[in-house]
Amino acid sequence: MLAALLRFNFLGGLYMSFLSHLISGVSLGSIYAIIALGYTMVYGIAKMLNFAHGDVIMVGAYVCFFAVSRYDMPVIPSVLLAVAACTALGVFIERLAYKPLRSAPSLAVLITAIGMSYFLQNSAQLLWTSNPKVFSSVVGNGSVKFFDGRLSISYNVIVTVLACIIIMSVLTWFTGRTKMGKAMRACSEDKDAAQLMGINVNATISMTFAIGSALAAVAGVLLCSVYPTLMPTTGSMPGIKAFTAAVFGGIGSIPGALLGGTLLGVIEIFAKAYISTQLSDAIVFLVLIIVLLVKPAGLLGKQVQEKV
Amino acid sequence: MLKVEGINVYYDAIHAVRQVSLDVDDGEIVTLIGANGAGKSTILRTISGLLRSGAGNIYFMNESIRAMPPHKIVERGLAQVPEGRRIFLRMTVEDNLEMGAYTQKSDGIRGDLERVYTLFPRLKERRKQVAGTLSGGEQQMLAMGRGLMSRPKLLMLDEPSMGLAPILVEQIFSTITEMNREGTTILLVEQNAQMALSIAAKAYVLETGRVAMQGDARELAVNEDVKKAYLGH
Repeated sequence: MLAALLRFNFLGGLYMSFLSHLISGVSLGSIYAIIALGYTMVYGIAKMLNFAHGDVIMVGAYVCFFAVSRYDMPVIPSVLLAVAACTALGVFIERLAYKPLRSAPSLAVLITAIGMSYFLQNSAQLLWTSNPKVFSSVVGNGSVKFFDGRLSISYNVIVTVLACIIIMSVLTWFTGRTKMGKAMRACSEDKDAAQLMGINVNATISMTFAIGSALAAVAGVLLCSVYPTLMPTTGSMPGIKAFTAAVFGGIGSIPGALLGGTLLGVIEIFAKAYISTQLSDAIVFLVLIIVLLVKPAGLLGKQVQEKV
Repeated sequence: MLKVEGINVYYDAIHAVRQVSLDVDDGEIVTLIGANGAGKSTILRTISGLLRSGAGNIYFMNESIRAMPPHKIVERGLAQVPEGRRIFLRMTVEDNLEMGAYTQKSDGIRGDLERVYTLFPRLKERRKQVAGTLSGGEQQMLAMGRGLMSRPKLLMLDEPSMGLAPILVEQIFSTITEMNREGTTILLVEQNAQMALSIAAKAYVLETGRVAMQGDARELAVNEDVKKAYLGH
């Protein structure tokens, strides 16, 4: 009787830890998914990889950090301020750096994007120094307990997953049901044809950068709420992971960003928990390579057959 | 209605269109015929603002549109059904038509949709279907319907008969005359010169980027040079 109870507890503990890893994986994955949306939407419409996207996350986190800790602003206005700042920054970057290269070879645009990424990082270093700031979670550090306290889910996790679900639902509605959203899809499919419909392609591209950058700000705040060390390079690794997630799910596809992001987060956390902390990133990228070998367009990548 | 005056278009170093001038009057069907690579599509793309002319001018309803961005030109009432149809393959038939009405106020769209569905009943049957699953003929109908959704005063059609079975070609051409009867002026680019000349009032014959001949379509249809070069007899 006692032995059976002990065994149950042991297995129950394993099960609980599995569940809690799964939950933190989904939560981390939600952040990747929100960032990946920015990559995938911009890629879908401008056919370019905006490598500065990760650094927009960092700027968003800094704006929120200073609003809260230096200017004592309440949390919600601070987050909104970060969103506004990043939206403006994203549109500005597109105008300044990418728009003049609209008809340039894609390699030139790629190099410009990498340059923009370093420019943002170095500007942040100049403005805010490279000393790490300690970001305090925007939702507090509490948690909700389940199963007599054997499983606890932090507010961070709950808010992150909720934010991801809300963002995905709104975007799905936007691109599927609204005129502007459909115009965005039309541009991503065929820019010349979209122009012949009377769609202003430049304005649509600007709007896409605005949406992606606003999401980057949200992701930055959520990310730093979980991993509180804020430095000018904070956005770079999550940016690359989210880019990986976008490719993993099928670049250009919004559901793909969600799937790729979530899977990537779960794989990363499981690899950390059950295999090796040091190797977790290597494992993540190994999975990506395997997926791309089997399915080069990514999990939900679109390959529409064209009829003649 | 449309007046093109001495336009020149280059693709890198290639001089694709040389000093082309043409006139389209209100209510007409005008056709632009010529061999592959003569510059027909380039002219339409330039009129639509997708390409820029290095010289000359383009007037639509007495307003210069030479430097106007493409979406503004559509707003003015000049639409194009591009070569190769270029419908949005991943969107539904109805979403494609709705994109055609992008410049229109939403209250008029329902009525315009019904008008297009009356013209092309097949599109109504398939309106929830993804456009990529349509047959070639249906895709051409969709492209034309989409072009009409912007309520164009002038509709330019680029090779609407390309790749279609003869019976469908007949149908497409009779639809073009019907659209014209309902008040849309047409500028038609075609390789099927015989068909094009049979429905047009006026024609321009293009050769290596220049207008080689122009005039009354019926007269050109019996012209010996045109017959030899484009009508295959």
